[in-house]
Amino acid sequence: METLFFLIISLVAIVSAILVITCKNPINSALALIMTFFCLATYYVMLDAPFMAAVQVMVYAGAIMVLMVFTIMLLNVRVDASKKHSHKLIFGTIVGFFTLINIVVVLVKSRAALPTGPYTGDMIKNIGHTELIGREIFTNFLLPFEITSILLLVAIVGAVILAKKKI
Amino acid sequence: MENLNSYLIVSAILFTIGTIGVLTRKNAIVIFMCIELMLNAVNLTFVAFSRHLGNLDGQVFVFFIMTVAAAEAAVGLALIIAFFNNKESIDVEDINLMKW
Repeated sequence: METLFFLIISLVAIVSAILVITCKNPINSALALIMTFFCLATYYVMLDAPFMAAVQVMVYAGAIMVLMVFTIMLLNVRVDASKKHSHKLIFGTIVGFFTLINIVVVLVKSRAALPTGPYTGDMIKNIGHTELIGREIFTNFLLPFEITSILLLVAIVGAVILAKKKI
Repeated sequence: MENLNSYLIVSAILFTIGTIGVLTRKNAIVIFMCIELMLNAVNLTFVAFSRHLGNLDGQVFVFFIMTVAAAEAAVGLALIIAFFNNKESIDVEDINLMKW
């Protein structure tokens, strides 16, 4: 049952990802990308990571895609079907094919010894995923978390300066 | 929980589709969306390995990747709007000022 569910979600995710790169109109690409993000959120739930699924839906499918759809609406670029693809279509497909083979071989065939941690599925279910993530962020990853706030501040300032006509 | 390899293969396929989109499309916003797709494929790999190894570091990294993606979206879309104000186009072939 879970395997069937996994296959259906995989099919939806891959078909909508292909739609992202084949649709002529950018707004259709954006809607297909939102579908892919929801499929990825479903994967996170299946991987016992409900907090990540919630953040995926809120940040990616919510904030980032709304920003992108808003930009598409704001620019209102006309769709030019004849110039959709560049002449590098075959080149890109070949590069993509070899990338796929490379990634699959490296990921699936490699048997690197990786350090394992104490978090089992039962532990995540008993304590709660959000609490465990919060403990990790505010103890081991406190400095990166603080630096992230500076990154967001820089992004805000950068976006304002770039969008302004005259500073 | 499903087998780890199936998640990795789905992630590899999504990453490849994103790569093909970046290499073949000419609309800057679509290229931007393909980059987001590649970031999400990597996130899926992080979460799958994190769950498989019983180690939450990967999921914390996904959290940081999402932050970087949000910052990237804000700055990247501002850049696209600034370019559109100058050239009335978001076609990447028109961005050729520094092309030799």
